[in-house]
Amino acid sequence: MQARPARSFSILGWLLESRNGLGFLFMLPAAVFLLCFLTYPLGLGVWLGFTDARIGREGIFVGLENYIWLFDDPVFWLSVFNTMLYTVVASILKFALGLWLALILNQHLPFKTFFRAIILLPWVVPTVLSALAFWWIYDSQFSIISYVLMNLGLISEPINFLGDPGMARASVIAANVWRGIPFVAISLLAGLQTIPQSLNEAAALDGATSWQRFTKITLPLLTPIIAVVMTFSVLFTFTDFQLIYVLTRGGPVNATHLMATLSFQRAIPGGQLGEGAAIAVAMIPFLLAAILFSFFGLQRRKWQQGGGD
Amino acid sequence: MATVKFRDVRKAFGQVEVLHGVSVDIEEGQFVVLVGPSGCGKSTLLRMLAGLEHITSGEIVIGDRVVNALPPKERDIAMVFQNYALYPHITVAENMGFSLMLKGASKSDIEAKVRPAAEILGLTHLLDRYPRQLSGGQRQRVAMGRAIVRNPQVFLFDEPLSNLDAKLRVSMRSEIKNLHQRLKTTTVYVTHDQIEAMTMADKIVVMHDGIVEQVGEPLELYDRPANLFVAGFIGSPAMNMTPGMLAEGEPGMFVTGQGQRIAVANAGTAKPGQKLICGIRPEAIHLRGDVALRVKVVEPTGSETHVVAELDGNEMTCVFRERIKAGPGDELKVSIDPEAIHLFDAEGGQRLSA
Repeated sequence: MQARPARSFSILGWLLESRNGLGFLFMLPAAVFLLCFLTYPLGLGVWLGFTDARIGREGIFVGLENYIWLFDDPVFWLSVFNTMLYTVVASILKFALGLWLALILNQHLPFKTFFRAIILLPWVVPTVLSALAFWWIYDSQFSIISYVLMNLGLISEPINFLGDPGMARASVIAANVWRGIPFVAISLLAGLQTIPQSLNEAAALDGATSWQRFTKITLPLLTPIIAVVMTFSVLFTFTDFQLIYVLTRGGPVNATHLMATLSFQRAIPGGQLGEGAAIAVAMIPFLLAAILFSFFGLQRRKWQQGGGD
Repeated sequence: MATVKFRDVRKAFGQVEVLHGVSVDIEEGQFVVLVGPSGCGKSTLLRMLAGLEHITSGEIVIGDRVVNALPPKERDIAMVFQNYALYPHITVAENMGFSLMLKGASKSDIEAKVRPAAEILGLTHLLDRYPRQLSGGQRQRVAMGRAIVRNPQVFLFDEPLSNLDAKLRVSMRSEIKNLHQRLKTTTVYVTHDQIEAMTMADKIVVMHDGIVEQVGEPLELYDRPANLFVAGFIGSPAMNMTPGMLAEGEPGMFVTGQGQRIAVANAGTAKPGQKLICGIRPEAIHLRGDVALRVKVVEPTGSETHVVAELDGNEMTCVFRERIKAGPGDELKVSIDPEAIHLFDAEGGQRLSA
């Protein structure tokens, strides 16, 4: 007979020997990591939003004061409007162009793999780098677009891409679309390739035109993937910061200020940590709405349920 | 219903020619099976008939129309795919009525056509289900139902039973044959399984390496294979092949390489001294006789006994109706029916027996 181990041993013994104990041990590193790098910053951000902290000065709890103040701030509401406009227009364009590209790349093209690889380039290049390139393309004097159009005789003076509020909005959206298309196109291409070729052939035999094959077969079968891809795309676009910060810093007259850039602007250069945090926290309801949308969009449809293949 | 004619049809993928001139005539209402090993071009031929593959050269005629340039939907054919190709996002009823829906038929018209087809196939209680919720055999039936609703000139089947288990395959086999006898629509059926071909076809087209080896009725192919390939492909267990030649001065006697003598009733155009292959069906070997076999394996199937034995170093499969008590190593005396011996030219593989 073995003697019962002492109490201090038994906790270690339990940890090492029971399934739950061992599971807990294995989870510990990940849990610590998540707590330190996700939960703490998020919690700190939310907390700062309820304080009047500034850089170099610890804040005191002020309740909803920051939010009440923001509620009357036209610049904040302008940034909300900008963010919505930016997200909606860019996402629609990315979806339409991305789907179109995916459909083309799904055909038998010469150099197919080459084109597929090239499509990924905008996604691979660091955002700051491509933003700098766009900064030159949109330059008010040296813009290559203006140069070409002027040489063609279509315009008489350079286009003020980033100086005019409307043009600036269109310009940053165009840059964002350029950067976001690869993600949408490649993901949808992967989705397209899960649709068996024989379904299209069967539909062709059943008398479907290519447009009917697209609307009645391809699109419905692609919806689950579209829901995932577009949710991610919307989240990325809504929280975009780098492009705007490099191209316009929110100008002209705040016309391109997104919530993310405004939050940074107020918190770091402006020093009002509390207010910046409040703006960032104000993004959460919008993001939650997007996630909920995807949650319902991602629910298995009736035809996806039931026996496996 | 329509006739189908292939006239010297060729297909090349890039530089590689996979069909080297296929010519076959299919009569109205016939059930024709294209059979051959994988890669023989049978599926390609079917897909060319369906319009899913371009025809490199030659002509395909359905009814009295050359269809080479017609897109699939204008050929008036329906096809059942190997993986059924059911549209997963719509119900069984919508699957079956899909072609009518595309034509813009009214709901009641679609219903009026789908229901009888569902009744023929016993699918009535499944009409509201989605394909995912069906078993393999049910999906198979829905795929056929979708074809029936179209009421096409020609039915095409591309290995429709290969995804089913063995038992279901046998019952679906007779179901498809039954359906054909009922609808009498011209049918082209592709399979690699010679038993499916034998049991279902009015006419079998045996293909191999992109050419047609033989066209004929099932029993014709079985009784008089035109060459060594057909002889070896049709029939299960496969025909026994023994090399040798006819004895000099003794036209009715085949001598194997090892000197074993086998009487041949019908030597046809075979000449003494010519290198030959002697084909013997397993069931042409009978118990009792003067040929000595060395037993290697005995496989009782219940109704028959299969014996794998050795004849002068050549493996020989025999099928006996009798139940025999023999073990490995035993000697078995058998006779070989001289009438049932096929002689083939060892060089070209052509049949020489009349």
